[in-house]
Amino acid sequence: MPLLVLVNIIATGTPWFDTGKLPILIAAIIAIGIVLIATYHRRSRERFQLRKIAGLEAVEEAIGRATEMARPLLYTPGWGGDIQRPTTIASMNILSHVAARAARYDCQLVYPTHDPVIMSVAQEVVKESYVQEGLADRFNEDNIRYVSSSQFGYAAAVEGLITRLEPASIFLLGTFEAESLIMAETGNFVGAIQIAGTDSTIQLSFFIVACDYTLIGEELFAASGYLSGDQSILASVRAQDMMKLIIMVLLLIAVIWASFAPDSTWWRF
Amino acid sequence: MRRRIPQLICGLFGLVVFLCYFSSHPTARSIYLTVTLDYWQIIFAFTLIVGAISFVRVNLRGIERGEDRSYRIASLVGVITMPLLALIWGLKGGSPFMWVFENIQVPMQSTVFALLAFFVASASYRGFRARSMQAAILLGAALLMLIARSTIGDMLWARIPEAAEWVRTTPAMSARRAILIGIGLGSLTTSVRVLIGIERTWLGGEK
Repeated sequence: MPLLVLVNIIATGTPWFDTGKLPILIAAIIAIGIVLIATYHRRSRERFQLRKIAGLEAVEEAIGRATEMARPLLYTPGWGGDIQRPTTIASMNILSHVAARAARYDCQLVYPTHDPVIMSVAQEVVKESYVQEGLADRFNEDNIRYVSSSQFGYAAAVEGLITRLEPASIFLLGTFEAESLIMAETGNFVGAIQIAGTDSTIQLSFFIVACDYTLIGEELFAASGYLSGDQSILASVRAQDMMKLIIMVLLLIAVIWASFAPDSTWWRF
Repeated sequence: MRRRIPQLICGLFGLVVFLCYFSSHPTARSIYLTVTLDYWQIIFAFTLIVGAISFVRVNLRGIERGEDRSYRIASLVGVITMPLLALIWGLKGGSPFMWVFENIQVPMQSTVFALLAFFVASASYRGFRARSMQAAILLGAALLMLIARSTIGDMLWARIPEAAEWVRTTPAMSARRAILIGIGLGSLTTSVRVLIGIERTWLGGEK
């Protein structure tokens, strides 16, 4: 096999580096560099405050409400994503926090999903949260369940669960597609407090209308640091702001340049 | 050790896929496709077995307890019948599997999808009540869009469709792009955190 690979390398005249992707490589290196510096540089990690994010502040309220009403919490990651997607990872981070609180307050947490890989990871995440709270005996594997890979099969299953269980709080955090409004409206009909967040800008508009709190854009990705208070993660959130500042400056330069030299093209990369 | 090895594998494969993205060389393309497609399918196939077993177990326990018996029986009949039909008569057009798929599963999916029309109406009714300045702007933009997209828009005033197009392509698109930039940066930092091992929640926790 290594010999075959070597023959292939010698035989094909294609260069190893695709020069067309050079701007992307430069941008990626700068972005990764900023994240690493912000995370590991001691002075950059000095304590700083994140602004209040209403959707994340409401997580405690949602769990408390479910506990007081003795009704379950329902958490679902949407049909659009798989475990390779950063949004799903961000959702897992919030799930870990919610599961720890649910364990502490002895509140049932139901997690239906469309993807068996997400189900396996979610089972581990929730189980670990229960173990870390010292309440492993309260963990019920059956509450983290695979329902269907079909989009509307999954939507119907979650809708049915919401109607029958009448959860006090619903978390719709992940990648959603057309099923978003079906779930959010059903949750609204049963009177649940709903916290939603997705990377799909089309579905965001549905969530803003139908849910009590919506995490917009990078708020979903900042949740991990916000909820855990981990300084390394918070530092990487700060790196995001630095990159946003660079993008704003570049956009401003490009706008001015394009206004005075409309025929120039360098800023189009 | 239980977490260190998966973390190392994750970091290594993340680096390989990242480097392969910047190459058009057949060997790099081949590695990229092997990692992102072949390996992924193997993992998915194994976890699908776990998922199917979990599905059957959850429903059998529910039937035992007498919870939502009719729904659970219908689910289990579907899960057992479809693979049997496929194994016995195959998946070709006109086979019993395709008949069930086209005449039962597709209409059921369409029914759930059709619910969206009612949900859009009820959500719009709540969302478009002008309770605040922001809600009033939302209502105004929505009305403009509705009128512009219907035939009376052009009849009322020829500039209405132009105004709606401007709302769609200028303020709405700039807000959407700002959100997309935030999502892109959030995805990037989350990915870097996972690859360098700061973010370990996906492994089941911190310790």
